[in-house]
Order: sequence, then structure tokens, then C-alpha cells
Amino acid sequence: MTEPVITGTEVPHGGTANKVFPPLDPTTVSPQLVWLAITFVALYFLLKKLAIPRIGGVIEERQNRIQRDIDAAERLKDDVDGAMKAYEKALTDARGNATSIARETRDRLTSEVDRERAAVEAATSKKLAEAEARIEATKLKALSSVDEIAADIAGPVVKQLTGKDVGADEIKRALSAAAGE
Amino acid sequence: MPDPIHQFEVKRLIPLDFFGVDATFTNSALFMVAGVLLSFGLLMYASRGRSLVPSRLQSVAESLYEFVAGMVRDSMGEQGMKFFPLIFTFFLFILTLNMLGMVPGFFTVTSQLWVTAALAVFVFLTVIVIGFAKNGLGFLKLFVPDGVPIYVLPLVSMIEVISFFSRPLSHSLRLFANMLAGHITLKVFAGFIIMLLGAGGAASAIAPLPLLAVLGITALEFLVAFLQAYVFTMLTCMYLNDALHPGH
Repeated sequence: MTEPVITGTEVPHGGTANKVFPPLDPTTVSPQLVWLAITFVALYFLLKKLAIPRIGGVIEERQNRIQRDIDAAERLKDDVDGAMKAYEKALTDARGNATSIARETRDRLTSEVDRERAAVEAATSKKLAEAEARIEATKLKALSSVDEIAADIAGPVVKQLTGKDVGADEIKRALSAAAGE
Repeated sequence: MPDPIHQFEVKRLIPLDFFGVDATFTNSALFMVAGVLLSFGLLMYASRGRSLVPSRLQSVAESLYEFVAGMVRDSMGEQGMKFFPLIFTFFLFILTLNMLGMVPGFFTVTSQLWVTAALAVFVFLTVIVIGFAKNGLGFLKLFVPDGVPIYVLPLVSMIEVISFFSRPLSHSLRLFANMLAGHITLKVFAGFIIMLLGAGGAASAIAPLPLLAVLGITALEFLVAFLQAYVFTMLTCMYLNDALHPGH
């Protein structure tokens, strides 16, 4: 890059003796590069140690903050979803409870009705049995009255037929013997 | 007509000698120091609040930071971030000096070939040192692209070698020439205005034309000042990427 300079010098230059194109003047190499090195290195360390950590820190902090907020929002959303689920579950449970209570009530009422009906039926059948027993008794009494009536009638009938007065006991014996066959 | 080259003259302000090395404090050094103080000072001042919701100035500092960080990440990947301070320094240093040069009467450090050449050579040597330190001889794969037929490989390798060694040349000349040409153009057109006005009569009437041109060129030069800082930094990233990943 240190090729002899071709350009520039033909530009008319008023007064000054410097015939070199100024941006390529080799006498300025050393002073410019020394200060370039100093300033460039200085800027590098100033930026690296102070400015970049500061600005980078702010940007990073902002990103972290945004991330935190997004996380918080997501957590809240999860909470809401959980609450919604709990609510729906409670609703379903309540509905289930109501159904089971209704069923239980119905069952209880049905069984009570059944029991009462059974009781009533039992009472009725007892009364029926009593009535039947009474009828039976009455029938038996009536049947025994038939024996007496038969005995009562048998005396005069035998007397009319045979002309003999037969004793009541004898007739009874005869009748019971006849009934026993 | 005012001399358009005069503005590039390095003036010796304070003669200094550093163990036999000429370390004279020149106007060039003055503007380098000013550039460092200005850029660093502005960054620190802008970020003094460290607020989560940035002020206007702070968001400028942050977008500069993010801009360069994005450039580094895009070209070198996440592992390139250890070069971020260096790349950021390059960008800020060149951008500030380019912008300072846009102030009328100020010296443009980046229009000095020695300065841009030193920066480019520094990048070039850094790439070589890091390339060999990271990959050993594997760094030479840079000159042997994959998938090239064996019979053209010598030719391709030769071209790769030439292109590698011409990097510092193009890297430094691009910045230097852009800044130099822009400032000369500005000065020449501004000189036209004075010449036309001095000529008087009909010539004075068309003096506003070069004024308009100067206006347009000034706007363009601001763009160039930013763009060349960006280009220099971007190329630095790409060259460093070669040092990290020599396989194409």
C-alpha cells in the first residue's frame, strides 16, 4: 500500500511548499497511527468495560422483565383455568348430589309405601283370617246345632214309627255312630 | 477557487516524541480523541437513566447496540458475540469520525489513507491470528472451497488466495476513497457558488444551482458516512467469520 502516489499533486496548490497529496503524506503516518492506536484501544476498553455492560444490562433486564411478566401472565391464566375447572367440577358434583338425593328420597318413599302397604295387607289378612275363623266357628256351632236338632227330631220320629219312647242319650249315641261312619 | 485538498492536511499542533517515534499531536489526533470522547460520552449520557422504558436518547444508544449485535449474530452466529466489543468499537469509531467530518471546518480522520489502512490491516492480521489459533492448519481450508472439481482447484485456490490478500486493500480504500471523494465534491461545488457570485452578472444568477447540488450532496454524504461505517463493520464481521468457520 506504500506505492508512490500518482494522484493529487497536479491540483494547483497556492503558496505552501508541500507537494504531497495530504491524505497520503507519509510524514503523517507515525503521528496518526500512534494516536489511532491510543484512541482506538481507549475506546475499545471504555466500551467493553463501561458502555456495553451498561446498555447490554438494561436490554437484558428489560427482556427478563418482559419474560417475567409473560410468565406471571401464564401462571395467572393457569390459575384461572384451574378455578374454572374446580367450578365446573363443583357444579358436576352438585348436580350428581342432587340426583342421588332425589333418588334416595324416591327410594325411601317407595320403601315406606311398600312397608305400609305390607303392614296394611298383613292387618287385612289377619282380619280376614279372624273372620274366616269366626265363620268356621259359626259353621261348627251350626253343625253341632244340626245334631241337636236331629236328635230332637229323631225322638218323635222314632216314637211315631215304633211307638217306643227312646231315651235322648240313646238317640245321641246312635246319631253320632251314624255320623262317624 | 478554494483548494479542495487543503481540508485533508494534517496540521502539527503539539510536537511530541515517544522514544524516537514521532507522536506529534495533530489535528487528526485531536479529532480521534474528540470522536472517542463524544461517542463514549454520548453512549454513557444516553444510558445514564438505565430505565426499563427508555428515553429517546437511550433508545438511540440501544438501537446502535442492537444494530451491531444483530450484525454480529447474523454473520458469525452466537459464538461471534465475543467479538462484539471489538466490532462495536469499529462501528462507533468510524461512524463518529465520519459524522464529525460532516461538520463544516472539521477534519475527517477517515479520509486519511494511513488511518483506514491501519484499521484494515489490523482486521486482516486479527483474522489470520484467530484463524490459525482456532483451526490450526484447518484455516487453510478457506482457500480450498468444497465441491470444486480437482482440475480447476489450483486455479480457484489461487484466486481465493489473491482475493484474501487483497482484502485489506479494498477494505481500507473503500472507506478512504468514499470519504475523500465526498468531501472533495462538496468543497468543489461550494467553490462554484463563490466563483459564480464573484463573476457577477448572469453567472451570479445561476449560483443557486451549485447551492442546490451542495444541499443534495450533503444529504448524500450523511448517508455515505453511515453506510461506509456499516460496510466497513459488516466486512470486518464477514472476515472474522472466515476465521471462525474457514470451511465455506
